[in-house]
Amino acid sequence: MTLLITAGAGVVMLVSSFAFGIAGASRIIWLKWSVRIIVEFFRGTSAYVQLFWAYFALPFYGIYVDAAVVGILVLGLNVGSFGSEVVRGAILSVPRDQIEGTVALNLSRYQAMRYVVLPQAIINMIPPMGNLAIDLLKITPLVSLITISDLTFQAQVIRQQTSETIITYGFILIVYFLLSSIIVHFVSRVDKYFARGLDIVKGNH
Amino acid sequence: MVLDTKRDFIVFDRVEKRFGELVVLKDLSLSIAKGEKVSLIGPSGSGKTTILRILMTLESIQGGHVYIDGEPLWHMRQNDDLVPANEAHLRKMRKQIGMVFQHFNLFPHMTALENISKPPQLSLGVDKASSEKRARELLDMVGLSDKEASYPSQLSGGQKQRIAIARALAMEPKILLFDEVTSALDPELVEDVLNVLRDIGRSTDTTMLLVTHEMSFAHEFSNRVFFFDEGRVIEEGPPDNIFTTPKEERTQAFLKKIIAAGMRID
Repeated sequence: MTLLITAGAGVVMLVSSFAFGIAGASRIIWLKWSVRIIVEFFRGTSAYVQLFWAYFALPFYGIYVDAAVVGILVLGLNVGSFGSEVVRGAILSVPRDQIEGTVALNLSRYQAMRYVVLPQAIINMIPPMGNLAIDLLKITPLVSLITISDLTFQAQVIRQQTSETIITYGFILIVYFLLSSIIVHFVSRVDKYFARGLDIVKGNH
Repeated sequence: MVLDTKRDFIVFDRVEKRFGELVVLKDLSLSIAKGEKVSLIGPSGSGKTTILRILMTLESIQGGHVYIDGEPLWHMRQNDDLVPANEAHLRKMRKQIGMVFQHFNLFPHMTALENISKPPQLSLGVDKASSEKRARELLDMVGLSDKEASYPSQLSGGQKQRIAIARALAMEPKILLFDEVTSALDPELVEDVLNVLRDIGRSTDTTMLLVTHEMSFAHEFSNRVFFFDEGRVIEEGPPDNIFTTPKEERTQAFLKKIIAAGMRID
């Protein structure tokens, strides 16, 4: 369950980071502000309360969602709201010169974003995005509050049955550490892929 | 206003440009014919770079009109009126114009070849094979055939600028704008770039506007020179007149300073 939630919420996080981040860097005022409100909502309230709301309060409005879906969406959007700031910051850090270059070559705004801005911005996004993915993994135990039996929850159960506190908690510490090591490894692979010549891109231009 | 489309390929008609309170161009009117090679000279802050940036649609105007080949640049015709241009109109107009920047503005994540071949694929819809073929011809023309796989950060300033010139040429613009293209270069690299400009000037009938501090080059290269100060044209004419027998006091004073700084103007 922990794996499923982390993977599902990771996808939601990536998609929402890019969607909200690009919209947040947009020049279209209404789009920019509506996205800011959504992002500030998810950033400014705790994931804990958001989970409770989505799982226990929404049914009062007639909206019933599966616990796993709630967990994936809420955690994904919660961490994604931080991710969107990473994306927005990285986009805005691409020098103005580059945008002027795309205007002089008559690229459309979409082409400029797709072929010039994002490829340069993405390199600055990868390390903080990796940190957010690890944060995401580490807040997954919260989903046990909405009836999902994740790794931490199962450890509690085992501990209660066996009274082996040290061994059970020691074991899940190691499991979380291994899981986050997998994320770290994956992020560094992605980093290498996009930075085919990181020195080249970070050099003067 | 009645335009003679032959003589008036590029027209500024009482153009005003402001940055907030600061007036950069005031009631500026000028006209450039097709195929002319024009140099814009003058002290820094005189508005000459702003003129290029307005033509490249990087800076909007606050008053007056700009025409290219009879078509308003910053406005669109609607019935009998001119209304502010939208992005679609600007993109249509930009097709005719290319610009080379002081700081090159090459795309750092693309090789030299991609920098030149990718933009025509994207904005003109040229296929990959023919745009790369053309890019190689242009690389050859600027003397950098062996650098096609290099990234910008692996090139010297002079090489980068020659790539940037090739990139602008690949779009086949009718008007080419050069904004102080040698100012950021080490002195020993300037001549390579000027040689490329000389070649282009001789081999094409592209209309070229050049903002430069290389007076000697402006003298030999252009067929007309505009001297600007404080957002106005103080004096214009053939280079021989401007550089050897300037009429206006301000032009004389400017050229005197240039010579005193050790630069040649002949």
